Amino acid sequence: MCGIVGIFCKSPALEERLGALVGDMLVQMGDRGPDSAGVAIYRDPVGAGASKLSLYASDAAVDWTAVTELAAGAFGVSRSVEVTPRHIILDVLAEPDDAQAWAETLPGVTVMSTGRKIEIYKEAVEPAAFVQTFDLAGMAGSHAIGHTRMATESKVTTAGSHPFSTGMDLCLVHNGSLSNHNRLRQELRREGIGFKTENDSEVAAGYLTWRMREGATLEQALEGCLEDLDGFYTFAVGTADGFAVLRDPIACKPAVMAETDDYVAIASEYRALAELPDAADATVWEPSPGVVYSWGAVPA
Amino acid sequence: MSIEFDLATSSVRELNQALHDAREGSFRVRNPRGAHAIAAGIDAPLEVDIDGHAGYYCAGMNQHATVRVHGNAGVGLAENIMSGRVEVDGDASQSAGATGHGGLVVIGGNASARCGISMKGVDIVVRGSVGHLSAFMAQKGRLVVCGDAGDALGDSIYEAHLYVAGSVASLGADCVEKEIRDHHEQELLELLAAAGIDDLKPADFRRYGSARQLYTFNVDDAEVAVSR
Repeated sequence: MCGIVGIFCKSPALEERLGALVGDMLVQMGDRGPDSAGVAIYRDPVGAGASKLSLYASDAAVDWTAVTELAAGAFGVSRSVEVTPRHIILDVLAEPDDAQAWAETLPGVTVMSTGRKIEIYKEAVEPAAFVQTFDLAGMAGSHAIGHTRMATESKVTTAGSHPFSTGMDLCLVHNGSLSNHNRLRQELRREGIGFKTENDSEVAAGYLTWRMREGATLEQALEGCLEDLDGFYTFAVGTADGFAVLRDPIACKPAVMAETDDYVAIASEYRALAELPDAADATVWEPSPGVVYSWGAVPA
Repeated sequence: MSIEFDLATSSVRELNQALHDAREGSFRVRNPRGAHAIAAGIDAPLEVDIDGHAGYYCAGMNQHATVRVHGNAGVGLAENIMSGRVEVDGDASQSAGATGHGGLVVIGGNASARCGISMKGVDIVVRGSVGHLSAFMAQKGRLVVCGDAGDALGDSIYEAHLYVAGSVASLGADCVEKEIRDHHEQELLELLAAAGIDDLKPADFRRYGSARQLYTFNVDDAEVAVSR
């Protein structure tokens, strides 16, 4: 099953409440995906020449102070925030590619996301507990996408949870299941795309990363999914300035959108949208199958 | 005088139990907020008004009751409806009226994919358009679409009657356009009237149905069945 949520603030006044709203939406989608939960939140952008890393360690005994000192020695650190014992945000004075290449050499540490605005948090815990643990209500930001997982294709682990990073400030959440992910993973590995799990959705994220690395726009990369992915999917893709949505042409998996003067939002079900301000008066519709929708500036 | 249920303070289970216990009367449901299975399983001539958007399987298995959704409805509206009437002011999601045996479903807006999938006698009137694979394996009943139909309309259809006023993206396997004869015109008039639609007439529609090439149909068998 799985649940998807996403919200993009059109009105700056709503940004203070972003985390609280996406948290409420995740809780509503909790019974679609009780195995794990995650969110990508876009906030507090760093300037040119700097980047933001979301780092995760499966062992809570990890020494984040030592990691921060290493980063300070390598590039300089402008901010280090321990969000939970396993998750930190590290703002470093390096370009995202360099920062990511360095962070991937840290033993016991996984890079959840790299960019200038994106932060990814995810854990193999029940969604309501996730929202509490990460204190989502305290997070302001411009937009966010989130996911509640009911695992079908791979193990229930934090690494197998969504969102998956698909490049700088980009991430993917997926409701559905892909049937050609093993073959596609092999092909993408030959193209130099790395994978951490046996998860099908990670392959979709890797596919988007590869297509965009080869010069495709996000829209072209998503349209490529219609040709190259076999299976069921509703995708939501977070970008630095907005988000995009794609459903497979058969559209087995649900999606419903709502728009007011203040926001555009997506969820697997209206129940999640009902949590948003003035939802009863929002324009509500289902995205058409096989059509790429996007809001905000999408990387060209 | 209708009995009110506010789903902000009552559960769907409490509402549905009250609807199952009642033999008559009117009910009003506030704050549906997309909850699942609102007013499912009614078996009495009740009147139920739902103020807002309903979630999955609203008015499923309905018998005798009239259920009106003053908003949109989620997946599986009036699934397996047996009789009575289910109306939605707004849009309905996928599989509206799926497997319905009887009764009438009226959708004021659009219905998405698989509207009337495997319908077995229900009548469905959609003021707007329907998505792909509508009336898939439809066996019996009538589907009236005042707007357009998506891809693969009537795929693997048996004996349901499909009427579409707008365009059809494509017809499914074994579904073909058919002549509108007098008795079709009559049933279309009745269905439009029942749905309260007075700005369209039977001549605005085209009819689609089974070419009877895909399933094992033998017209002699049908006549034997009728003569019995």
